[in-house]
Amino acid sequence: MSSPVVHAHHAPQGFIRRWIFSLDHKVIGIQYYFLALFSVLIGMSLSLLMRYHMVHPDAKVAWFAKLWPTAAQGGIMTPELYLSLMTMHGTIMVFFVLTTAPQSGFGNYFLPIQIGAEDMAFPVLNMMSFWTTFLALVVMVAAFFVQGGPPLSGWTTYPPLSAIGPLAGPGEGLGQTLWIVSIAIFCGASLMGAINFIATLIDLRCQGMSLMRLPLTCWTWFVTAILGLLGFAVLLAAGVLLILDRSAGTSFFIPGGLLVSDQILNHKGGSPLLWQHLFWFFGHPEVYIAILPGMGVTSQVLSTFARKPIFGYRAMVYAILSIGFLGFLVWGHHMFMSGMSPYSAMAFSVLTMAIGVPSAIKTFNWIGTLWGAKIHFTTAMMFALGFVSLFVTGGLSGIFLGQPALDLYFHDTYFVVGHFHMIMGVAAIFGMFAGTFYWFPKMYGRMMNETLGKIHFYVTFVGVYCIFTPMHYLGIAGNPRRYSDFTNFDFLGKLLPVHSFMTQAAYGTAAIQILFFINLFWSMKYGKKAPINPWNATTLEWTVPSPPPFDNFGGVHPVVYHGPYEYSVPGAPRDFIMQTDPPDAANAE
Amino acid sequence: MLLAPIIWVLTVVIMYFFAAKVWWFPPPISQHGLAYDAQFMRTLVITGAIFFFAQFALGWAIFRYRDDGRRATYSHGNNKWETIWTTATAILFVGIVLTGTKIWVAVHLSDPDPNAIPIELMSKQFAFSFRYPGPDGKFGATDLKLVNDAAGNPFGLDDKDPAGKDDIVSASLKVPVGKPIKLIMHSRDVIHNFFVRELRLKQDIVPGMEIPLYFQADTPGTYEIPCSELCGLGHFQMRSTMQVMAEADFEKWKQEQAANK
Amino acid sequence: MPGSITSDVIKPPAPPRGGGFGGGGGGSDGRGASRRASMTGLMVLLAATTMAFAAFTSAFVVRRGMSNDWVALPLPRIVWANTAVLLASSILLELARRSLKTGRRTAFNRYWTAGTALGVLFLVGQALAWRQLNAAGIFVASNPSSSFFYLLTAAHGLHILGGLTALVYVDVQALRLRLGPGKRTAVDVSALFWHFVDGIWLFLMALFLIWG
Repeated sequence: MSSPVVHAHHAPQGFIRRWIFSLDHKVIGIQYYFLALFSVLIGMSLSLLMRYHMVHPDAKVAWFAKLWPTAAQGGIMTPELYLSLMTMHGTIMVFFVLTTAPQSGFGNYFLPIQIGAEDMAFPVLNMMSFWTTFLALVVMVAAFFVQGGPPLSGWTTYPPLSAIGPLAGPGEGLGQTLWIVSIAIFCGASLMGAINFIATLIDLRCQGMSLMRLPLTCWTWFVTAILGLLGFAVLLAAGVLLILDRSAGTSFFIPGGLLVSDQILNHKGGSPLLWQHLFWFFGHPEVYIAILPGMGVTSQVLSTFARKPIFGYRAMVYAILSIGFLGFLVWGHHMFMSGMSPYSAMAFSVLTMAIGVPSAIKTFNWIGTLWGAKIHFTTAMMFALGFVSLFVTGGLSGIFLGQPALDLYFHDTYFVVGHFHMIMGVAAIFGMFAGTFYWFPKMYGRMMNETLGKIHFYVTFVGVYCIFTPMHYLGIAGNPRRYSDFTNFDFLGKLLPVHSFMTQAAYGTAAIQILFFINLFWSMKYGKKAPINPWNATTLEWTVPSPPPFDNFGGVHPVVYHGPYEYSVPGAPRDFIMQTDPPDAANAE
Repeated sequence: MLLAPIIWVLTVVIMYFFAAKVWWFPPPISQHGLAYDAQFMRTLVITGAIFFFAQFALGWAIFRYRDDGRRATYSHGNNKWETIWTTATAILFVGIVLTGTKIWVAVHLSDPDPNAIPIELMSKQFAFSFRYPGPDGKFGATDLKLVNDAAGNPFGLDDKDPAGKDDIVSASLKVPVGKPIKLIMHSRDVIHNFFVRELRLKQDIVPGMEIPLYFQADTPGTYEIPCSELCGLGHFQMRSTMQVMAEADFEKWKQEQAANK
Repeated sequence: MPGSITSDVIKPPAPPRGGGFGGGGGGSDGRGASRRASMTGLMVLLAATTMAFAAFTSAFVVRRGMSNDWVALPLPRIVWANTAVLLASSILLELARRSLKTGRRTAFNRYWTAGTALGVLFLVGQALAWRQLNAAGIFVASNPSSSFFYLLTAAHGLHILGGLTALVYVDVQALRLRLGPGKRTAVDVSALFWHFVDGIWLFLMALFLIWG
């Protein structure tokens, strides 16, 4: 039978076509996943260097001098080097880890299968989107190797610091330009991906897969794609304006009357706040892009291992939609102290509180899913449960930051750093871990090791609490963020023991991640062979072989008769009904 | 399951450090500071209660509903509970922000006090400089081309302007206790931020904009001012102090500065 | 037996499906899901393009409103001719599409080629407009109004270039008599994208005339 996707009948031959320039969404998904894994290793190493420097700012480390002869002369990390590492840490983590693996990694692999399609709507575009992302990463990493090194303006790149070139500091020359180019390329890649996700979800669902029968993972991938579509276009525009300011002498963001390094600048009339508005219009949806897929995975995993339908499926869908919609209306809460109109601040504040409501609904519903459940504690389940706990902790600190009155103290302190790390740097990562343990059997036909998984989970769970909760206390004490060392202020000196504790916790937590990597790679070759449906789960990916064939369903078009989370249905012969089971499967045979 | 007690222990430990105020705000030195602390406490109590309840419920569910052979309850949810906790959350969240509105309005949307003592702040990579208008009450004209940090002229005072002859330039902020102050803030290169923890106030200083900040300090003392917006490699060293002193001492200081000119 | 094996899945009567534009390779009849998917993809792309221009427009409005150094830009006169050329090209593409619907292949080829050629002419005209501004001493950093003019025409020009790539692809296929029913979607998607970019140009003209 002919199918909508051209290549369905002929699996590609040849190494290049199968593994490098593959059009198969599953291969592309894995490519994105490994790109994210590689990036997270870089990002994590950068954070360990940062944490080390914060507690040993004057230490001489021999190999620092070898790696950075100018920026770490004599083996001592300079403040500008610290800030460059910090900038790249944030950038790589937010873009190349949190915007790739949850959406383009797992989403690419499993969206088509979960909706009963043979591939994404535009496989060539899909392949191009991965390689464009790869190119963006290459350009970003190149910034480490150019003269002056990477930029030091933070991942937020506020002008004028980022716009006036090397006068503002080392790294603000070619490094900053490469950064902007890399992000612009990344914007293009994201747009390509968003087009694919949206068209696929709208048009390629199999028969019976109505919107209200979609697994919640698909809903989150869908809304995330819309957020990316609209947000990255604005980031691209902002990046273009910034490049023009830097290299064409324009003044979109640079005001007049600037004296930098004894030079009076030529620019005039621009607005630094304009950048902030454009950037955060993208930046806030971006953080929901980072977390929504993790929420979808959590719902999926919790339901599977609680053997219960998700509590309030409809409410969960409306919550996802509300978070997506409201996510575009709250960007000003990053700018309460920026000098923008205090009236705007009040409006943004109310909307920010409003977006807390659907997030709370999701949390209550997750707990509600567990109520009266029959919980199997697999590693995937542990990470999903951990997600809920971390999301509660991280989300609640947002209640403080969403009030401009309280932000008068907390803006740009470690309270903010703790908040966003809890949510993005931990909860979102736990979503990825949960997805990995859950879907690994389907992707590789083998089970991951549960013992290694559980040890990794427990140490990581306690470890991340130890690293990031103290940041809230530091914030209350007024510790500013983006400081490379704390020896210049009396009040900061007293907080050094907290920083030391966090640094030790960071070393330990980073070290235990080795277990995950061992588990991942070892299990690919030597893990126990996995059955088609090791978790007795209900969604469509568990109806196909592990790994799935080239066209997912072997030429058959699945038909769906049930919702996605029909577990423990009374009267059914087993404690789960698959979405493709016949319509009367609820009745005993 | 082991996860339940771990969650409970973490919850209790985290709450302890908040309750015991182990690392805490410095004491407030203004009316605004007192109002701020009250709003913070309200928020802390509410979020603390939610934190405790949610983590406890999560742990309880993990413990109570672990697989012990029973079948799970088949339920797609409960609209009554859904409505209850959605409404409660909405009321709580919107309520808390509304109670804080007074504080925000007082800082940024109130009529400025006409008696506020004007002090100009100029921030640059990597120092704060302050300027007082002197007995004539007028700030002298400045010109960027005349800026000379080494010679002690960070503002670029034009000595051809008579109004500027009595201007006092200082590396630290000195204010009289109990008097309203109007801090007129400028930046001459990148975005900086003025922050005094004890005042519970901070404000970005944006080049190209003149941003006023009104405050009143009611407790004498010396308070650190850490720059709080990334401004370059010296950001961590960009420090000044605010010295709050008796009005008589403040006047004496001003006269000393005038005499030294 | 209810279960997870594909043999249990009921086979529905297969709706007509074809290759079409979906994957970028040759296709067969262009009907069915892939035409729908291509249309959805186009709408999504247009949404993103709109957002990018919305961002530029908001920057324009903000910058214009906040500084008193904005000097109205004297629009090079050729820009009016370019606008007419672009509108004409859209009209020609529409005539081409109508011809194709009634099977008049030769008419389609003529109209489509003419429309594509006018598209190229538009770009040439825009380059000339830039030359005229340069000759008048107005460069990208001369004034915020000129910065935005160069920026917006460049961004628009890039989209025209993308559109032209699609138009030329269709034109080549048509002239080589390889424009089968499977490529119908390609024709429609390219034409619709072109009309949209034309619309963006009309918006930009209004922006320059009223606010510039």
